[in-house]
Amino acid sequence: MTTVTMTVNGKTVSNEIEERTLLVHFLRDTLMLTGTHIGCDTSQCGACVVHVDGKAVKSCTMFAVQAHGRSVTTIEGLAEAGALHPVQAAFREHHGLQCGFCTPGMIMTAVDMIARGVAADRASIRRELEGNICRCTGYHNIVSAIEAAAKEMGA
Amino acid sequence: MITYPFAYQRAANLAEAEALLGANPEAKLLAGGQTLIPTMKQRLASPPLLIDISGLHELSGNRRDGERLVLGAALTHAEVAQSPEVRTLIPALAELASHIGDPAVRHLGTLGGSVANNDPAADYPAAVLGLNASVITTRREVPADKFFTGMFETMLAPDEILRAVAFPVPRRAAYAKFANPASRYAMVGVFVAQTTEGVRVAVTGAAPSVRRLPMMEKALEASFTPEAVAHIKIDADGMNEDLHGSAQYRAHLVTVMAKRAVAAALA
Ligand SMILES: Cc1cc2nc3c(=O)[nH]c(=O)nc-3n(C[C@H](O)[C@H](O)[C@H](O)COP(=O)(O)OP(=O)(O)OC[C@H]3O[C@@H](n4cnc5c(N)ncnc54)[C@H](O)[C@@H]3O)c2cc1C
Ligand code: FES
Ligand code: FES
Repeated sequence: MTTVTMTVNGKTVSNEIEERTLLVHFLRDTLMLTGTHIGCDTSQCGACVVHVDGKAVKSCTMFAVQAHGRSVTTIEGLAEAGALHPVQAAFREHHGLQCGFCTPGMIMTAVDMIARGVAADRASIRRELEGNICRCTGYHNIVSAIEAAAKEMGA
Repeated sequence: MITYPFAYQRAANLAEAEALLGANPEAKLLAGGQTLIPTMKQRLASPPLLIDISGLHELSGNRRDGERLVLGAALTHAEVAQSPEVRTLIPALAELASHIGDPAVRHLGTLGGSVANNDPAADYPAAVLGLNASVITTRREVPADKFFTGMFETMLAPDEILRAVAFPVPRRAAYAKFANPASRYAMVGVFVAQTTEGVRVAVTGAAPSVRRLPMMEKALEASFTPEAVAHIKIDADGMNEDLHGSAQYRAHLVTVMAKRAVAAALA
């Protein structure tokens, strides 16, 4: 057992955990932040994407101890003062989801790609979504949502 | 999936990492974790101790050393893809790094981890061999031709740490990969480079380990054009065969990717 301390969605958390605890399990089972999903558990689907120090990573492919001393943002940390983040609003507006299972990871990946300035056109958006799988939408509306959000955010 | 239990230590510096590794023969270095963690989750590996080297400043950054560009082992794929030095001096390498896996994998996965692991379908080994790079470890400098010794095998001793890779700056180079549509790993990837010491061609994904293609090197030495390799038939003997493709298919792809790589190098 070991103690990990990190900032999650702006709040400092400190817990005693087993070293082998994956970041996604720490978020979901210890902190009860169940917005981050586990789709494949084999590093393929991207449902578990969160930001660590501002970068999108697959939280099923990182141990919580690796995030010790770092800053983590999950889907729960995006909306400010009850107002949806522009990417969340765009997913709603453009029907970027059906069952919603992939959506937290899609949105965290989208926020990351917009911040890096690589969501300029539909082809780049699709390329950046390489690590996120959706079994419902056929991606078309996800791409539209990200395109619209990128425009709105001036990226 | 839950791994077997292990102890975890973040090394404060390279010397500490080396000492920990020396004292714990079963321990494993943890860099980006993008290969090691999936392997541990499948319970194919069960190291009792993980030594985290991801943040070590001795393994980060890049520097110019004469005609070589020396890249630290801890550089992530995303960092290499965006590095102004790499993009200016060896754009083919930046391009290669930008097509490894997906953005989240590139944010964590490292040059050192990929080269040390020598996955038969990994991209970096093709660049290391194709550019005639040298692997710099805590003990020595090993030329690429000696470094990769077999499937998932390298010259690295169990307690040796890969510090950096020194890439000679080529006259021109390019990498062409036919990515597996699901995993993005190379079904076949061919790296061609025209260097001061001649043409080198390295292929990954096709065989159990990265290898050079002397027939193509000779042909390109005579004429550095896609046509020079177009007629070269690669023997399917010894090629990988799996559910993604037969040995014949891979052998055919090698010629196709070589042609594309030469065309890209000339573009
Ligand atoms: C979904 C997915 C897609 C991927 N697609 C591709 C792809 O298209 N092409 C590709 O090439 N790769 C791909 N990869 C693999 C990825 O590039 C890994 O990042 C890389 O192979 C290993 O680097 P790492 O830093 O993550 O190493 P780790 O997983 O941390 O370590 C891998 C091994 O190397 C050892 N090691 C690490 N650093 C050192 C060092 N400095 N000295 C000595 N030994 C060391 C470790 O002990 C371990 O045995 C993919 C991975 C995933 C999860
Ligand atoms: S659950 Fe992490 S990538 Fe699918
Ligand atoms: S909306 Fe159902 S998986 Fe994407």
